[in-house]
Order: sequence, then structure tokens, then C-alpha cells
Amino acid sequence: MTEIRVPTLGESVTEATIGRWFKKPGDEIKVDEPLVELETDKVTIEVPAPTAGVLTGIAAKDGETVAVGALLGEIKPGTGTPAAATPAKASPQPPKPAAPAPAAPAAAPSPTKTPPADAPLAPSVQRLATESGIDASTVPGSGKDGRVIKGDMLAAIERAAAQPMPVAQPAAAVQVRAPSPADDAAREERVRMTRLRQTIARRLKDAQNTAAMLTTFNEVDMTHVMGLRSQYKDLFEKKHGVKLGFMGFFVRACVQALKEIPAVNGEIDGTDVIYKNYYHIGVAVGTEKGLVVPVVRDCDRKSLAEIEKEIADFGRRARDGALKLEEMQGGTFTISNGGVYGSLMSTPILNAPQSGILGMHKIQERPMVIAGKIEPRPMMYLALSYDHRLVDGREAVTFLVRVKEVLEDPARLVLDL
Amino acid sequence: MPTYDLVVIGTGPGGYVCAIRAAQLGMKVAVVEKDPTFGGTCLNVGCIPSKGLLYASELFEEAGHKFDKLGIGVSKPKLDLAAMMKFKDEGVEGNVKGVAFLFKKNKIDAYQGIGRIAAPGRVEVKTHDGKTEVLETKNIVIASGSDVARLKGMEIDEKRIVSSTGALVLGQVPEQLLIVGAGVIGLELGSVWRRLGAKVHVIEFLDRILPGMDSEVARQFQRILERQGMTFQLSSKVTAVDSSGAKLKVKVEPAAGGAAATLDADVVLVAIGRVPYVDGLGLKEAGVGLDNRGRVNVDHRYATSVPGIYAIGDAIAGPMLAHKAEDEGIAVAEIIAGHAGHVNYDVIPNVIYTYPEVASVGRTEEELRAAGVTYNVGKFPFTANGRAKANLQTEGFVKILADAKTDRVLGVHIIGADAGNMIAEAAVAMEFGAAAEDIARTCHPHPTFTEAVKEAALAVDKRAIHM
Repeated sequence: MTEIRVPTLGESVTEATIGRWFKKPGDEIKVDEPLVELETDKVTIEVPAPTAGVLTGIAAKDGETVAVGALLGEIKPGTGTPAAATPAKASPQPPKPAAPAPAAPAAAPSPTKTPPADAPLAPSVQRLATESGIDASTVPGSGKDGRVIKGDMLAAIERAAAQPMPVAQPAAAVQVRAPSPADDAAREERVRMTRLRQTIARRLKDAQNTAAMLTTFNEVDMTHVMGLRSQYKDLFEKKHGVKLGFMGFFVRACVQALKEIPAVNGEIDGTDVIYKNYYHIGVAVGTEKGLVVPVVRDCDRKSLAEIEKEIADFGRRARDGALKLEEMQGGTFTISNGGVYGSLMSTPILNAPQSGILGMHKIQERPMVIAGKIEPRPMMYLALSYDHRLVDGREAVTFLVRVKEVLEDPARLVLDL
Repeated sequence: MPTYDLVVIGTGPGGYVCAIRAAQLGMKVAVVEKDPTFGGTCLNVGCIPSKGLLYASELFEEAGHKFDKLGIGVSKPKLDLAAMMKFKDEGVEGNVKGVAFLFKKNKIDAYQGIGRIAAPGRVEVKTHDGKTEVLETKNIVIASGSDVARLKGMEIDEKRIVSSTGALVLGQVPEQLLIVGAGVIGLELGSVWRRLGAKVHVIEFLDRILPGMDSEVARQFQRILERQGMTFQLSSKVTAVDSSGAKLKVKVEPAAGGAAATLDADVVLVAIGRVPYVDGLGLKEAGVGLDNRGRVNVDHRYATSVPGIYAIGDAIAGPMLAHKAEDEGIAVAEIIAGHAGHVNYDVIPNVIYTYPEVASVGRTEEELRAAGVTYNVGKFPFTANGRAKANLQTEGFVKILADAKTDRVLGVHIIGADAGNMIAEAAVAMEFGAAAEDIARTCHPHPTFTEAVKEAALAVDKRAIHM
């Protein structure tokens, strides 16, 4: 009997919702065949069959929430006979590695021990499970036959506390809502928030609740960047196979400014500030289901063309829902472009635990006074939302000024000014 | 020539249990026993007869000293030692016959005689009428047990200088009983004879009684025994016994050396421990290796250095306890049958059947400190236990040692009227990795002594109710 368990889902992802089972109990299964779809906070993944055989039990039904390591179902080796479709009872934890059981002189069957499925939890484990909200069946047990003992629970609680996202999250949907008048109620539609939407909601609100967030503005004259772009776009596309957009310029300009103002690239951890000497820039991409933020890693070491290529690839795959979890993790700073939808001005919300986010907006021709004369110039408002707890106002403003300067005079990129 | 799957040498609690388990698993089994009755030291001259005498002598003492406090008026009880010995012997007889019955029931062939391993797969039995029988077998388990450890300068005659064996069959109560060794056997048999009227003096080489037990337990136990009238002389050694006169003249010196004193005694009980009994088994010839203390060397599967020869119980390393040997007997039978036998050496209870009893399982405070483990102590005295107060049995306490971080129970130590029975609960809890909180949250019956175990578990978290 092979157990199917929830795989490790990546940093800070502790649980998933069963999207859909592709197979039902009794189905024959080939190795690596997708069995079940799991929706997590960030991506949807498919769990492949670890071995060939017959699916004998499903422990978690569609729509149920499961933690990492929890039992999903079981596969019996062999083919044929549709097994009695009794749902496999979620056995509390993975089997203990076979104890150094004395091997017999003859070939000894070395039974892998798991506690009986109906073994009750120890009283201390029950209490801690209730108080912490951690499902004891998801905790690896070190007691007799793999039972979960108090020490295992305490360790699990410690691990959970160390993670930015607690396992038990108040579901946004349970907030009490005053009933609508009957007339209106009939014309309302109630739709369950997707996991992604719930996560977005929670994380945005967490960021607002945690950071001392405020926004500083500036504007940038895009004449030179646009000039460069129109001059080289054909050549660039021919050589690099990707269109020359604005994002590459903005990413490079931000990296330059982050190097000068490290606090904007930093993060608060308890009473410490972590300064990061690497530049992983998140680029917010809107999709049908919601906003996702893939991360372009080590932007300081990448050419403009490489950055453009990566962003284009992310955009494509974000729309297809094919982004991998690790591609959305580890960002140190984020750029959000509301301009593509026509926004003229906005105050972006931080992507916690980052300390800065740059808002790009629509380029609009506006009358500017240049050397005493009014000239139409393609202008863009820039917004930098930052965590005032660790970024000073002077630093935030300097950062934005630096971004503006680089974009108005792209030669600074080449000269590293 | 009879052939077997397994021949067990010795029918003590290790050997007979091993034989029965092996028979249950479908093996053809024979046992070899040198003594006329089965059961080994435990049933014949150890646990069982001593418990008979401990029980009878405890009632004798209660009738003499406690009944009046409970409102029971009796005349001073008269000791009929011969009858008490008969009562004890009947207990032994019932038990050894039980083993013989179990052998029959499980179709185990029993050979009476001295067994010797002639070669791997071959056991020679020299019966008491001089005949020799050879048994062919696939496997051999050495369960030959242990013998009394002897002291130089003291010839045990089992009359006046006795081992535990002789101390169980004294013909009259000695006026002065001198015990060499403040271990389990000395204190149990010392209690028996003190209750029956002997003046009991205990000489111990170390500076404490009950070496290996939790020292707080040992200290309090010593005080209790002293209140009962036993006297102790620690850090001392007996160098010679002169048995020429009507009284034994016992020469006692400080352990560190120094001036010797001479003590009078009617009987000297040598109770300094036990040594593995493997003489005459032909181990050397068979190539079975021993360790530097004369114990049979085995691996985690109880296999000796010779394939097909196994050893268990007092003959191998570990505490010399009947229940340890029994568990090993079961484990080795299962291992030979191809199963996964296992003994958890971290959870082997140890009991002293005096009044009050002393029982422990797991680690002592000294062991935890030496291992650098941080732990919490929960202690609850029987003076605060309702049942103990009602029974006038308030001596002692329960002490639970739990890991400071995980709350897992690491050791339980009890002095108290029913400590031997109470420790089983702690053993089950520890076997399942219980936290002190688990014991504390388990409903215990009221009014019982076991509530003290629960209260001690609560006390680990400093929240005992009745204190």
C-alpha cells in the first residue's frame, strides 16, 4: 500500500485545498499520472501518482483543506479488481522509519508500524491541537508506532510560529454580514473567494496592519526612454527575440536606486533589519484570477534584454496559470504598473515583508515648462509606497528622484551614475 | 536422537517464557533444567518465596503493632515459623507446578539434568541418574540465569552464613542478623526477619543504600527503615567472619580502610549481588564469547558469537530482573521465528517489596543530571493522599521527572504502600511517550493511592490540587 501525501509546497505555504480528484477509488493508475489538483495560496499544482496500482482510498475530498504532509489517499500495488471504495481514513502521520528491529535469521517481514487509525490522541496532544489550531494528524509522530506525542506537537507549534503565515487563518468569508433586504438579496450573487483571492486579501491587509506605510510621488519625463525605444526597438527585437519595453528600464533604474538607498531593499525581522545585497525584483502581473507577482532574480547581474525576456515569459505563463511557486518567492522589492490599465495616479500597497513598492502609471502628454517654454512632454507619475518604520522620508524621496534621473537620462545606466 | 527447533537451557522466568512463546509460534521446543523443579531462582529461591515471607511477616507486624490503632483488639500474635515456612513453600509449589503444567499444555519436552552445549545445534543433558541424552536442535537459548555473588573470607554454609537461598529457610528467628549489602535482596529479607523479631544490622560498602536507585528515594527509604528499627553502617566492608564460637564474630572495616571493629551476629546474610551462572555449559568449547564480567556477549538480536546460539536474562548484560528476562525470552523466541521481537530497555520497572514498597521506572535525577538533560520534578507525598491517610499508610511519595521542554516523562520513582502496582501505570505511559500532562489529564479512581501519581504529574506543572 502506497500513501499519497501532500507534497512540500514551498516556503510559507502550509496548506492547500483539494481542487479536484482526477481519479476515483478503484481506478487503475499509472506511475506519474496526475491524481489530484491542489490549490495553494499561490499556485495550483497536480500531484502525480508515486507508483502504479489501484487507487484504493481517498482521504480528502474535493474542497477540503489539507496541510503539507497530510494523507490524500492510498494506492494498492497491482491491477484489476476495483477495490472496495472505502475511503481511507486519514492515518495521523507518516510511518516511523522502521526501528532497528532485530532482523530475523530467515527473511523477516519487517512490518512498517503505524498507529491504528482509531487510536485516540493523547490528552496533551488534544489540548495543544485545540489551542493551536494545528491538526495533530499532520504532525509527524515520534511515539510508539509513530504516535504523535506532546513533544511533537510543541515542536510543530514552534515551527508554525516561526512561519510568517499561521496555519490557522481566519477565513475572510466568515465575517458576519448584515442581511440585505429581500428585494436586493434576490439580485445578489454569492461567490466563494478563490484561495488566491483570499490570500491576496489577507496579505494586503496584513501589510497595511503591519507597516507604517505612506507614499511619495514624483513624475518622470519619458522623452528619452521613448526615444531610445523607438530608435532601437527593431534591432533589439531582432537580436534578442523580445520586444523592448519600458519595464527593463524601470527595473534597472530601481536597482540603481536600491543600491544607493539599501533600506528600501530591506526587511524588518522582529527587532532587526535585514539588508539584502541582492536584488530580486517582483513584477506585478494582472491575470484573470487576480494579481500575481513573479520575481526576476539578481537583476543587478542581468542585462536589460535578459530582464525583458524574463518578464515577457512570466507574463505569458501567468496568464496560463503555469507559474511555479518558487518563481513567486523571495522578492526584495516590487514594481506595479497600473498604467497599462490607464491609471494616472495610485498608492500601491507593500508586498510584505518588503519595504518598498514602485507604482508606474500611464504616460500622458502634458505641458511642461522647459527652459522657459511650454512644451508637450510624455509624462508619467511615479509613486513609491514605503515602510516608514525603516525607510526615512529623505531616503524615500531620494530613491524616487534617483529613479526619475536615470529614466530621464538613460546614459546614467551605462555609466552607473 | 530427538531433534528440536529450539532447546532452552534453564527454566527460570526467561527460559520458560521463551519456551512457551516459541511453542506458540509453532516451534518444537525442549527445555533443560538442572534443578528438580522448574522456575529457576525466581520461583524457587527468589521472588516468589521471599514475597510469601514478606506478606506473612507484614501481617504479623501489623497484627502486633497496627491493629490496635484500627480498633482491632488481639492478643500479642504468636509466631509459628514452621507453619509460615510451610505457607511459603506451598506458594512456591503452586507456581512451579504451574510451569510444569504450561510445558505440558504447550507440548514442550522438559529434560531434567545438567545441560551442556556439545556443539552448535547439539545439547547434551546429563540426567541425575547418570545417563546422558543428546538433543539435536536448530537453535539454542542460554537462559541459565545467575548465582549468588560470594565474598572472600566468608564461606556460605547456608546455615549461619547464608545467601538469599538460606535466608528463606532459617529454622529460627536469629537474635542478631547481620546483612552484607544494602541492595534489594538484603533489605527485603532484612525486613522479613526484623518483623519476625531479629535485630537487623546492614553493612554497605558504598555511602548509600540501594545503589543505582534515585538517591532522594534511597535517603528517605533509609530513614523509614531506620524508624522501623533496622540499623545501617555505610561505607564499610566485612573482611572476615569467625564462626568458631556460638556467635559469629564479624570483622568490619571502613571501606576506605582503617581500624576494624568486631560485631556479633547469629546469622550473616551475604547479599552483595548476583553473578551470571554459565559454568559447565561448555560455552568456551562452543566458542561463545563472554564479556569482562562473565556475561554472555549478545547483539541486539540476543545472538551470541556462535550462529544458532542465543542468550537472555541474567546470563547477559542488563538489570537482573525476572520481568526483564521474560521480555527477552519473548523477544528472542519471536526473533528466532522470524518476527521483530524487541525489548525497550528504557522502560523496565524495578520494585523493592518491603513496607513501604519502593518502585521506579526510567531514569533517576542523577542520571538525567549526568546526561545534561533539563527536567522538571513533580512530587506528591502520600501524607496528602486521601486513601493513604484513611489507611494510616502515609509514608513516601511519588516523584515524576519530565523533560523540561517536551514534558515527556523520563522517570517515575515511588515510595509507598502499593508502589509496585502503581509503577505499572507509569511504565505504560512511558512506553507510549506520554507527557506528564497526559498522566495529569487521565482520570484516576478516587480514593486510591494512584491519585498521588496523577497529583505528582500535575506538580510537574506546579499545579497539584491537594498540596
